[in-house]
Amino acid sequence: MSMPKIELNNVKKSFGNKVVLDGVDLTVNKGESMVIIGGSGTGKSVMLKSVLGLITPDSGSIKIDGQKITTYSQKQRDGLMGQFGMLFQGGALFDSMPVWQNIAFGLIQSKKMGRDEARAIACKKLQQVGLNANTGDMYPAELSGGMQKRVSLARAIATNPDIIFFDEPTTGLDPIMADVINDLIVNCVKDLGATALTITHDMASARKIADKVAMIYEGKIIWSGDVSALYDSGNSYVEQFIHGRAEGPITKHANFKA
Amino acid sequence: MSIETIKNYKLTHMAQNLCQSIGAALLGFFQSIGALAMFIGKAASHCFRPPFYPRLILKQFIDIGYYSLPVVGMTALFTGMVLALQSYTGFTRFNAEGAIAGVVALSVTRELAPVLAGLMVAGRVGASIAAEIGTMRVTEQIDALVTLSVNPFKYLIAPRVIAGTLMLPLLVLTADIIGIYGGYIVSIYNLGFSSGSYVEQTWDILTKIDVLSGLYKAAVFGFIVSMMGCYHGFNSGRGAQGVGTATTYAVVSASILILIFNYILTQVFFS
Ligand SMILES: Nc1ncnc2c1ncn2[C@@H]1O[C@H](COP(=O)(O)OP(=O)(O)O)[C@@H](O)[C@H]1O
Ligand SMILES: [Mg+2]
Repeated sequence: MSMPKIELNNVKKSFGNKVVLDGVDLTVNKGESMVIIGGSGTGKSVMLKSVLGLITPDSGSIKIDGQKITTYSQKQRDGLMGQFGMLFQGGALFDSMPVWQNIAFGLIQSKKMGRDEARAIACKKLQQVGLNANTGDMYPAELSGGMQKRVSLARAIATNPDIIFFDEPTTGLDPIMADVINDLIVNCVKDLGATALTITHDMASARKIADKVAMIYEGKIIWSGDVSALYDSGNSYVEQFIHGRAEGPITKHANFKA
Repeated sequence: MSIETIKNYKLTHMAQNLCQSIGAALLGFFQSIGALAMFIGKAASHCFRPPFYPRLILKQFIDIGYYSLPVVGMTALFTGMVLALQSYTGFTRFNAEGAIAGVVALSVTRELAPVLAGLMVAGRVGASIAAEIGTMRVTEQIDALVTLSVNPFKYLIAPRVIAGTLMLPLLVLTADIIGIYGGYIVSIYNLGFSSGSYVEQTWDILTKIDVLSGLYKAAVFGFIVSMMGCYHGFNSGRGAQGVGTATTYAVVSASILILIFNYILTQVFFS
């Protein structure tokens, strides 16, 4: 059994007295596509940002390739970022620069590539996500939501990362565009041979992208397994979530607390 | 229980509450001072360590320096003009009209040009820095920078702080010239002074330290304005409201700090 690519052990994080992550355990193997499902505000983004090092957890350990990164220095972290790609929930494109510079940003700034060469790669990545080359000269604000998501995707994969994170890649898109993005994600991850960690509450997307699925609830991973086992998990929380039922243990619990 | 004991009980309770909230406020205050000091230290140290981004620094030179010229120039011109006018109406009472040139030159170079330029730039540049960086914070663009292996302190903050600190003295030097010229115009064309003696009096009274002290002040003010803009923007709360609050804080805190440091620096230079 080879070493897991990403490993979270008992990761906890609170903001003020609000507990968001309450002991998350998660293992993602190399080349695997893991999808995290869970309701809004359950701490999915916080978990992802903890792995990326954008948020420092209060306790617990996070390992990448067996190396504990929670104790890394700033310099080691910068080196680590080179093998990450991230698609942010809101796109997070730099609105002060045209699309091609957004995509080429990592290549120019951290891989120290020349502008012309980086631009050529940016154009190729644009085509890979189904946009034509003259989109490259437009600014993010001029693009539709779906196009922005594609550009973000192109930026996330531009540096050929080892591990790619997708935070709600299809939220806010129409079903057809969502499926286009799903296909792109599947292809990009396959092409790169990368490990992928995706957050979503879109079940169609989860079914398409995932090898493995994990569900987060009240700051813990309450179920995880192969995507094929998702529909007979035998877990009533998972059942309610994947079928989108208003009645069930999740809402019952919430009402009880409120 | 008698009425007295109940009253006493209520009083001690109130006093306790009061102490508690004052304590909490003080703690919060020192906490934010500490956070600010750490931010300033980190930001300043990144201004001197590579990698540098010359392209971005140049852009900030233009944004902060060049584009502030009109507003700073207008402020200086009318300040110099009104100063001449006011001094004239005031000084004629003491038959001291001859002091106008000196009063204009000294007030403009020592005080009015640096302070008014600082306040104008706090409104113009401080606000825009806070709004821009705050928007980048709430739209996760700063997080995106980090994931692309770029340090936001070097990429966003250092260029603004460098440009702010270097550009404000240049702006103030320009304001000095325009302000004195404003006083000159009013004195010559409105109050009927002779051009030759006005210029001579100005040159006679001005010393190097008058101008230099103003420029040092300007550098400090430029640092304050850009740093406050960056700090409040960088720590902006969530959403549009967060950015709005950050912008307000940036302008208000920069303006107040400018006035406080103006006093401190004047004390240092001229006593
Ligand atoms: N920087 C922060 N400061 C304070 N609270 C935060 C911060 N980031 C997230 N939270 C809180 O943590 C909870 C989980 O947020 P998030 O991970 O974004 O949820 P989601 O699962 O929808 O991605 C939310 O209640 C949110 O208010
Ligand atoms: Mg989220």
